[in-house]
Amino acid sequence: MDIQSCVNIQTEWDIVAARQLGRNVAKELGFGVVDQARITTAISELARNIFIYAHKGRVCIEKMNDKGHAGLRIIAVDSGPGINDIRLAMEDGYSTSGGLGAGLPGVKRLMDEFQIVSSQGKGTEITAVKWIR
Amino acid sequence: MKSVRIPILKLYNCLLVSIQWELDDQTALQFQEDLLHKIHETNANGVVIDLTSIDFIDSFIAKVLGDVINMSKLMGAKVVITGIQPAVAITLIELGISLNDVLTSLDLEKGLEKLKQELGE
Repeated sequence: MDIQSCVNIQTEWDIVAARQLGRNVAKELGFGVVDQARITTAISELARNIFIYAHKGRVCIEKMNDKGHAGLRIIAVDSGPGINDIRLAMEDGYSTSGGLGAGLPGVKRLMDEFQIVSSQGKGTEITAVKWIR
Repeated sequence: MKSVRIPILKLYNCLLVSIQWELDDQTALQFQEDLLHKIHETNANGVVIDLTSIDFIDSFIAKVLGDVINMSKLMGAKVVITGIQPAVAITLIELGISLNDVLTSLDLEKGLEKLKQELGE
């Protein structure tokens, strides 16, 4: 049921490609303008995190359908350095990049569900879901 | 892909910028430089940046915008941002970005009026 499309993140142009993909899928699914902006922004932040911290990775967009309830899932995967202290990374205003990226708490607020798995030296996988209201 | 240059128009002592398409990193940074050069070249003391056509702003674009406003200030030019869409305002605040101390107006017309007031004209 779930259909997935992915964008490899290696250059800053790939960030643009990832958010355009996300916006198109969000539109197709029938998300409103504000939710489209939320989803696009969340993808942009996650793709940028990959570009800044891990240098390469992948952002996948999945159409979801849970008993007739449609949604969109963003999966951002990299095999970068991993996040040292997830609790710290989830605090507002925390950054190790000198202020680029509003960070993960912002993305969490934009989406309905948010999950992060990271192991040091192995990489990070972030999953975020938005449901159509 | 190649980045495009954002046109900067001079109107009396002001500069007018309308951002009409999605900003990628390079375009945003190029715009920052272009605007400062144009302020220097034209002696402009006011700038209006219109974002009516922009449907999302992420933290990077917000940072570039905030920076260029402060840089312009250093050069003696005041900047007013206009045309921020409801969806953009909502996502910016949810994301945790509040462009504090930034002059804003609903549209270009009100932006130019605000600029006049600010410049005491």
